Amino acid sequence: MSLIFALFAPLVGSIALLLFDRVALRSIRYTALTVSLAAFGFALAAFLGFDASSPQFQMVVDKPWIPSIDAGFRIGVDGMSILFVLLTAITMAVAVLASFKTIHEREKQWYSMLLLLQFSVTGCFVALDTMLFYTFFELLLIPMYFIIGIWGGERRIYAALKFFIYTMFGSMIMLVALVWLSLYVQQTTGHFTTNLLILREVAPTLGLSVQTWLFAAFTLAFCIKIPLFPVHTWLPDVQEQSPVVGAMIVGAVLFKIGVYGLIRFVLEFFPAASFEYATVMCALGAIAVVYGGLVAIVQTDIKRMAAYALVCSLGVVVMGIFSMTPEGLQGAIIQTFNHGLSVSALFLCIGYVTERRKSTTLADFGGLARVMPVFTVFFAISIFSLVGLPGLNGFVGEYLLLLGTFRSPFLNTWVFGIVGAVSGTLAAAYFLKMLQKIAFGKNDREENQVLSDLTPLEIAQLLPATILMLWIGLYPATFMRVSEESTQALVGKLEVLKFGKTTYAESLEKMKHPTKSEHQNNEEHKESSKK
Amino acid sequence: MDTLILLVPLLPLVGFALLGLFGKQLAYLDNGEGMIGSLASATVGASFLIALYVFVQMASGAVAPQTVSLFTWIHAGSFSIDLAYKVDQLSVLFTLIITGVGFLIHVYSIGYMHGDQSFFRFFTYLNLFIFMMLNLVLADNYVVTFLGWEGVGLSSYLLIGFWYDRKFDGVSIIWTGDAAKKAFIFNRIGDFGMLLAMFTIYAMFGTLRYDEVNTLALASNASGFFPNGSAYSVGIITAVALLLFLGCTGKSAQIPLFVWLPDAMAGPTPVSALIHAATMVTSGIFLIARTAPIFALSQTAMTTVAVIGVATALLAATMGLVQNDIKKVLAYSTVSQLGFMFAALGVGAYTAAVFHVMTHAFFKACLFLGSGSVIHGMHEEQDIQKMGGLKQYMPVTYRTFLIASIAISGIVPFAGFFSKDEILWNVFEHGSPVLWGLLVVAAFCTAFYMFRLVHLTFSGQERFDTHHTHPHESPKTMTVPLMILAFLSVVGGLVGIPHALGHPLHVGNWIEHWLEPVFSAANNQLGRVSGGEIHSIEYVLILVSLVVAIAGIFLATSLYKSASVRPAELAESFSGVYNLLWRKYFIDEFYYGVVFNMLSKFSTSVLWKTVENKVVDGAVNGIADGVGGVSGAIRTVQTGIVQNYAFVMVLGIIAIMTWLLLG
Repeated sequence: MSLIFALFAPLVGSIALLLFDRVALRSIRYTALTVSLAAFGFALAAFLGFDASSPQFQMVVDKPWIPSIDAGFRIGVDGMSILFVLLTAITMAVAVLASFKTIHEREKQWYSMLLLLQFSVTGCFVALDTMLFYTFFELLLIPMYFIIGIWGGERRIYAALKFFIYTMFGSMIMLVALVWLSLYVQQTTGHFTTNLLILREVAPTLGLSVQTWLFAAFTLAFCIKIPLFPVHTWLPDVQEQSPVVGAMIVGAVLFKIGVYGLIRFVLEFFPAASFEYATVMCALGAIAVVYGGLVAIVQTDIKRMAAYALVCSLGVVVMGIFSMTPEGLQGAIIQTFNHGLSVSALFLCIGYVTERRKSTTLADFGGLARVMPVFTVFFAISIFSLVGLPGLNGFVGEYLLLLGTFRSPFLNTWVFGIVGAVSGTLAAAYFLKMLQKIAFGKNDREENQVLSDLTPLEIAQLLPATILMLWIGLYPATFMRVSEESTQALVGKLEVLKFGKTTYAESLEKMKHPTKSEHQNNEEHKESSKK
Repeated sequence: MDTLILLVPLLPLVGFALLGLFGKQLAYLDNGEGMIGSLASATVGASFLIALYVFVQMASGAVAPQTVSLFTWIHAGSFSIDLAYKVDQLSVLFTLIITGVGFLIHVYSIGYMHGDQSFFRFFTYLNLFIFMMLNLVLADNYVVTFLGWEGVGLSSYLLIGFWYDRKFDGVSIIWTGDAAKKAFIFNRIGDFGMLLAMFTIYAMFGTLRYDEVNTLALASNASGFFPNGSAYSVGIITAVALLLFLGCTGKSAQIPLFVWLPDAMAGPTPVSALIHAATMVTSGIFLIARTAPIFALSQTAMTTVAVIGVATALLAATMGLVQNDIKKVLAYSTVSQLGFMFAALGVGAYTAAVFHVMTHAFFKACLFLGSGSVIHGMHEEQDIQKMGGLKQYMPVTYRTFLIASIAISGIVPFAGFFSKDEILWNVFEHGSPVLWGLLVVAAFCTAFYMFRLVHLTFSGQERFDTHHTHPHESPKTMTVPLMILAFLSVVGGLVGIPHALGHPLHVGNWIEHWLEPVFSAANNQLGRVSGGEIHSIEYVLILVSLVVAIAGIFLATSLYKSASVRPAELAESFSGVYNLLWRKYFIDEFYYGVVFNMLSKFSTSVLWKTVENKVVDGAVNGIADGVGGVSGAIRTVQTGIVQNYAFVMVLGIIAIMTWLLLG
């Protein structure tokens, strides 16, 4: 039940807010906060109630929705989605809190849109029906469009339209693929359905050439969301023009749907095509790492620099996914979770200073550590988390992603692991540049000397993510154990399809008991026979 | 015993947490500085005492080397890494150096940092550093070492840029923070190698525990197969070793990544003493010592390490000849001495390298703290051309500085003599006479620049305005650590008396005996026998290096003691060479002016302004414009306001959902 409440609480809140008459702003804000906190509570309950030892979907609800096409209201979570539900709930609660001081016009609509966004994003993660998924996937464009278009910066309409058309383009093609898939099921089983559980059994049986087309359609839609090179160019404009909270949600939550989609749909539905084009995807990831990193270093605008930094770090995630190893996939999931936390903290921090200073140009800042010491601590923690410093969350994810990429039997090359490892150096270069230019140096401008440090409210916004960054950095098992069984099951399936056996598990067994390996046994034999 | 061992790293962590959370409040109290300083020093001092206890227990045989595991840190698929500490002869020795010297430097800092507006922040970082450094050396596996490895990098970053609003002079550096950034990024280039080395090791051996990897590496060489089933290839071992070494060149400031260390002097002087001389920069030595069997399997890797070590020792020593900043001289000296240690590792003289780590920690910490005392007494002046005659004002600082300088120059029986000679002899015996010769030249330079430094600072006439500047001796919290370190610089070498000298006197080489179990596997692989026969040539070599050191001291003394030759005049007569050395062979200019600049220009004008804006985004906007033109014709049919469509969509979805909920 908690899952349903986690999904619908925001929708109820969103509608309720719209019905509010001209009441005090305070009650609007606190209603929104209460709703998002309630949703977080339900999501947390779902997380705590999740049985990590099972790779199956849990908390499943299956109700008829559009019976004529057997589209059902089917929801549920497994180890690959539960963390994203939790992440969305955390981020959105923080987003509501962060809006208190940053949104001053049309507040009723703002909070309503925010909660509608939460509803649609959560829906994407729990949908077990392709039609339902598609509905949520499209629905989220609406609040996003308004968030950018109404509360954004000067060129907000351009940015909002660009975002809308970009993602719409991708999802339209995906819709065609979804319908095609359901029609195919109808041909084979005589029954048209959009049930994900059935589709994922049937889709892998398709021939490679068909899979390739479907793979391309889905991947395009999700890669636009991630966003992966070369379909990333909406991101810098959106990040630049969005209000702070909007930029934070895009960075922390929206991308995650792309990552989730690649694992849930692309790998599970189209394994043959995934094997075939894993190298291409990893190559795009590798390009994103180097290209995004180099472009980030030379940016002069803080928000654009952060946007390209995201392109760089998400390149590694794509590599990890297409490594199709347990390390790579679990790394991708935990890293996406991490990334959500760190990015939301980073964007909040960027928001605090750019709003105070009324500028996003890097060169306008300097020496803020003197006047904003508390800010500097939080800012530095989020930056070092994104740089991948061990002890903080980013390291755990990045290490596993690279390790998986490096030793993947599917990719069978070290090249991508090597290029991916460059991201650590690049990240240090652009993020430390940002930290240096904003916080350090001499504070010798009048505008910068009067800036005030973080308020208790702002600290409250940063604390949850910061605590989790340390927690995951030191003891990731709390969050990683849930994805263990589901990813193993998926990898096992992929390995059987590709190699006819779970080679991975075998090699693992061999390494754990080196004495049992063949050649050593042989040698022992030889030696004993000599005696 | 388990809990005791865990306390060693945990105590500084507690200190860090307490100071980080409450330091600011403490600082407002009366005598807040005293409380902060004592708390920070006490945690490190307690760690030292516990480590000492463990050491004594181990020496007496009551406690065997062991691994203490806390919990499983990272687990995914088959990959599983414990947060585990390995206590053996090597890690205990490093722990003693880190906490011992660390404690003295903490105490010293109470005096040095007195009155600084961020006093508590300094000690917070310092405690964090000790914690991370202990993780690095106590680690049971590569990943925990990497945690410490990056953690000390972070502390180093924070401490170099501690005075973040002060300027610092360097190539492409304006603020101290730029120097900090440079240190971090150059280290990150090295870490790239570390990461890849770990991945390769894991792919080949299926584990990242030091003991298992070392054993499996030697076993694969014997059996002809890696544990993952593929055929043994020395190429892979070489790759792993060289990738690890790349990490070491970053952290331990060797060619080609050494350029960050001289700029790291932007940090407060105790930091230079602790992090950039005594402890952190020796991480590379530790790592190679820990992974000695892997290096022993690859002759190519060993040779590379030796050659890079010798080249760095010589290059940095020559740069040190002309520096005028008291700390920069010491910084180049550190780079050079680290080169000596790598040279030792490269010829398989692991004990000699670790021995030199220890003696170097004593005398270099003493020198840096002495320079800090001078800077303190001279009110932030660092240029030795503006000093002179300080020995009458600062007698304790002078004497301890002199002792440490004799020690680093390698005069018998001071600490540096024993460890340096052990290295020189091993390089001659197991390396080549050429490498030995180059190291002897470096040793000559060492003696020369150290005594140039001593005399320009302390001897002769005052070259500063005595009316305005009144040099004074530093307080007790600073001079007592100096005296202790000077004492250790005198006697520290006695734990490693070489066979050639010790055997006739029936004095054993304690440190070699102590570390024997750690290096036995690598030594077997290299076919080394401890305590082999003594060659008469060894005595000749000892004599040569002594003569060279004395010659260096003598030359520097005659040139600089009475300042009969002004440094400027000397510089002029050798202007070509001088300029080359002064500009550090233009290596920084090459990195920044050529490599980074070109990369930055490429990124800006090609990637960003052309590919990104014109090609990729241009294509997107081009398509949009094309579609826009077509749809312009049919626009009249539609209202054209997206909000309207969106609103209808929302209504539709809400209706469907409501219907669903009710149905």
